[in-house]
Amino acid sequence: MTEPILSVAGVTKTYKSGTTALHPVDLDIRKGEIFALLGPNGAGKTTLISIICGIVTPTAGTIKVAGFDAIRDYKQARSRIGLVPQELNVDMFETVLATVTFSRRLFGRSGHSAYIEQVLRDLSLWDKRHAKIMELSGGMKRRVLIAKALSHEPEILFLDEPTAGVDVALRRDMWKLVHRLREGGTTIILTTHYIEEAEEMADRVGVINKGKLLLVDDKAALMKQLGKRELDVSLQDPMTAIPAELADWDVSLQDDGKRLRYVFDAQADHTGIPSLLRKLAELGIGFKDLETSKSSLEDIFVDLVGERA
Amino acid sequence: MNIPLMNWHGIWAIYRFEMARALRTLWQSLVTPVLTTSLYFIVFGGAIGSRMQQVGGVGYGSFIVPGLIMLSLLTQSISNASIGIYFPKFTGTIYELLSAPVSAMEMVIGYVGAATTKSVILGLIILATASFFVDLRIEHPLAMIAFLVLTAVAFSLFGFIIGVWANGFEQLNFVPALLITPLTFLGGAFYSIDMLPEPWRTVSLFNPVVYLISGFRWSFFGQGDVAVGISLAVTAGFLAACLIVIALIFKTGWRMKN
Repeated sequence: MTEPILSVAGVTKTYKSGTTALHPVDLDIRKGEIFALLGPNGAGKTTLISIICGIVTPTAGTIKVAGFDAIRDYKQARSRIGLVPQELNVDMFETVLATVTFSRRLFGRSGHSAYIEQVLRDLSLWDKRHAKIMELSGGMKRRVLIAKALSHEPEILFLDEPTAGVDVALRRDMWKLVHRLREGGTTIILTTHYIEEAEEMADRVGVINKGKLLLVDDKAALMKQLGKRELDVSLQDPMTAIPAELADWDVSLQDDGKRLRYVFDAQADHTGIPSLLRKLAELGIGFKDLETSKSSLEDIFVDLVGERA
Repeated sequence: MNIPLMNWHGIWAIYRFEMARALRTLWQSLVTPVLTTSLYFIVFGGAIGSRMQQVGGVGYGSFIVPGLIMLSLLTQSISNASIGIYFPKFTGTIYELLSAPVSAMEMVIGYVGAATTKSVILGLIILATASFFVDLRIEHPLAMIAFLVLTAVAFSLFGFIIGVWANGFEQLNFVPALLITPLTFLGGAFYSIDMLPEPWRTVSLFNPVVYLISGFRWSFFGQGDVAVGISLAVTAGFLAACLIVIALIFKTGWRMKN
């Protein structure tokens, strides 16, 4: 593996109040990947991002951005990072173009650049460039924040809850944008508590809860490793209790007994499906339909958080 | 990536942003001081001044000009710089400053530079307004400019500290209203402290603003309540103290970062 673009080693954060927001976190981000940091609200996602970006001081640990220490060589490190915060924190009285130009300059680049026009066009903001930010809708304001974060051509883009409170259309746009940025070589780290988002966008997923990074894995591997499947059997006649003969299978009743759900491991040699179906026939239980589904990251996540928390 | 030693673009971004903020409220920024100064002249210069004797050979109307400029300079420097840094904290846009490759010194140059510029321009506007009402002579123009700039820098730095310290708008107004305005009024803006009976004259010498006004007045009329060297030393000392406090703030991240 090539050297990681971002390396977090033993980073912890304990606030003065005594609250520990982060237990030692070790994390390497590969150049060009989309990494999703997944966890419930208050898990420490934003704290971790804020530490990497220099907004919060870590209690311990080191961070290297493209080999540069985030504290000692902070100018080098920060020049490579763009951050889209969770809150719509943007100066309401400024125009779109002015605030994006401000961001580019702040990060040490000349304000006059065709790149700004490109970013604004990509985000469908070019027509609104002279509009004051307070005149924009919430979705547009979020685009402005993204434009600000991209204004200095960062190598790493942090998106903190990019689609929280965003409508479906904009969320789709956002996902498209992220994929386009990745094609251009930008490394993207996003936090989310929407599993759907991590599943849709990420190459790798890190699960964080209560300040602990529980696991980091390729999304596909994670799904494979923990991927359970469900078989839903729609019953001809509703059932009030599961017959004792089915105790060998992990079954439960759904929909007031109209459906029987069997959870199985898709990776196992024997899924138990044929034997279950034979048993149902044997017991004279009729069914109308069968349906299998992949368990989502959500289920995986609930399992993990439930087990290890 | 080649990173220059100083992030001049970043400083320029902050400076421009702060200047643009003033331009948005140009009406307030210019009309208010001109109106206020005119009122002071009508009341103090015209109504009261006509019944007053000269102070140290200078007509009363002219005598109060340096004090009036100082009064505005001090309060405006503080409020410009404090709001400049407080507002991003209040709206949350500070995240961008903290995550940018901008050093503490660069941030201070941007904010304090803009606040100083605005205050000096304001001081000159008041001076120009005053010249419509009274005859003004400036014996030491270079020293006058030096005192103007030095005081504006020192109190903009002080304002920056207040902006970092403040947790609410009322705290932002607290220091200018409850500390600076009284100290300026009692610091000889409208009188010479030599006119005070003892012990008030001696007490006044503990008021740092006395030295600022005195030095500034010296640059106009060639005379002050205290020696000009002492005035200069007090101004420079205050500036240095503010710089030290700011260095400490950034070193510890106090009220800026968690």
